[in-house]
Amino acid sequence: MSTISEKTLAHASGQETTKTGDFVKAKVDVALNHDVTSVLAFEAMREMGSNRVWDPDKVVMILDHVAPPSSVNSARVHNVIRDFVREQGIMNFFDVNSGVCHQVLPEHGFVKPGMVVIGADSHTCTHGAFGAFASGVGSTDMGAVLARGKTWLRVPETIKVDVNGKLDRHVHAKDVILAIAKEIGVSGATYMALEYHGETVSDLSVAGRMTLCNMAIEMGGKTGICEPDDKTIKWLDHCTGGPYNKVYADEDANYKRVLNLDVTGMEPQVACPHNVDNVKPVSELSKVKINQAFIGSCTNGRLEDLRQAHEVLKDKTVHPDVRVLAVPASKAIFKAAIKEGIIEDFIDAGVTVSNPSCAACFGGHIGLLGPGEKGIATSNRNFRGRQGSPEAEVYLSSAAVAAASALTGYISHPEVVQ
Amino acid sequence: MKLKGNVWKYGDDVNTDYIIPGRYMELTDPEEMAEKVFEEHDPSFRKGVKNGDIVVGRTNFGCGSSREHAPIALKGNGVSVVLAESFARIFYRNAINIGLPALECLGIHTAVEKGDLIEVDVTGGVVKNLTNGKELTFNPLPEFMVEVLNAGGLAPYLDKTEEW
Repeated sequence: MSTISEKTLAHASGQETTKTGDFVKAKVDVALNHDVTSVLAFEAMREMGSNRVWDPDKVVMILDHVAPPSSVNSARVHNVIRDFVREQGIMNFFDVNSGVCHQVLPEHGFVKPGMVVIGADSHTCTHGAFGAFASGVGSTDMGAVLARGKTWLRVPETIKVDVNGKLDRHVHAKDVILAIAKEIGVSGATYMALEYHGETVSDLSVAGRMTLCNMAIEMGGKTGICEPDDKTIKWLDHCTGGPYNKVYADEDANYKRVLNLDVTGMEPQVACPHNVDNVKPVSELSKVKINQAFIGSCTNGRLEDLRQAHEVLKDKTVHPDVRVLAVPASKAIFKAAIKEGIIEDFIDAGVTVSNPSCAACFGGHIGLLGPGEKGIATSNRNFRGRQGSPEAEVYLSSAAVAAASALTGYISHPEVVQ
Repeated sequence: MKLKGNVWKYGDDVNTDYIIPGRYMELTDPEEMAEKVFEEHDPSFRKGVKNGDIVVGRTNFGCGSSREHAPIALKGNGVSVVLAESFARIFYRNAINIGLPALECLGIHTAVEKGDLIEVDVTGGVVKNLTNGKELTFNPLPEFMVEVLNAGGLAPYLDKTEEW
């Protein structure tokens, strides 16, 4: 009968069941905040008549967007946040040396299946990869969560995305989600949840599932969810522990739409300017000359992404006309990549490696594009002006395609450089 | 609640980066956010917008980032209401939460042109184009959202609400 969202939101609102369209006031298990949205949330909380957060242990604060600060104003904002964290007794504070919030949060054991995770960031849907109901909100909604520990939600319709088939060697989770975005469109899942099912999803690593869930918002989705399995639990056991409230969809759950996708033989996919659903196979873009390649972000800054790029870049030199920026998504990933020799090989290949942060993804920190430039990025949005100049163009791809393009100077299939 | 103003008309997928670019997310002062509205995508907006003006989009208005800076920047320029065929959900929530009505109104994009004077009955669910005489209806907001708007936003609403 019920989808994962219906069951999770019933549990969170103290009801037996909920159905699509119900308004619920859901208890929040984790409230995720970062540097560019939280000051407004603190102000909202105080305007709501609350001087204390409802439960400091459930609030996680991560400085990741402008980390370390690249302007006087962002340095000031960070200090407002540090003062708030001290004043409120929030122990779960991750300063500018930590990484991207959507990587740091699960790595430090804050996410478990069946939870309601609310974040003042649109990519909070990433945490659905662990079987949680995770959704992004704005600052005032976050202020209400900080004040009261609850948020109002409309129980969403769900699109079931059933992905089957084996992925070819150079084809990864990013290619799958771009293919899905092409089918659903940038607003085809507005207000809805996406549930990812099928053998391809089962075969993906947890990191790959995070990539799928991360981009649910790019189709308008309220959340993206994968059912927890042994891989999920093994991953979580490294950073937290049970009990786990694993929530599964019923066989006869009521879906708004079922999208079947067969990825057999699919080539790498690239989202072209200026919308995420403007997706083409990489082979059609071999004449697009690029000025920058960015490998990082909450979408594709994980160890397996760095490994994909490393496989392509090792013992080679990036094209002289391309600046290449690699940004691990967290401190743990950065250390692992150093240990594996990835970072040294990147540096030898001519890659600029930067500290874990959101970096070039949102156009507010480092790695901006100038007028007339084209960039390929492993991040999640290619809106006009997203990574700098409104006269620049952003293409979105996997780390493997971004790395191959960094070598040739043109958008390239990884097989052409090997 | 009836609002009257002149139309600023935009198309599909007006994202929050268009409304206010990412590099301004470090701003915390609403007036400074207002200065940056549509800075790159329609500089004429900031120059010409008047108190009470109305923004009209087509589909998926406000898609992208969760930055509340976007509706704050619109409201800070005197925008009284945003009408669109459809909204992205976070922008929609954010707008209502800061006391800026966001209304889904099918057919609005073809019923108005830039500069038209229109009147919006927020609770009654009627839009009248006083320039060309066209009239449209839309589903009024749920009662809860009207209460939030009447209070001036979610913060003042919750300040007066024990039960939540």
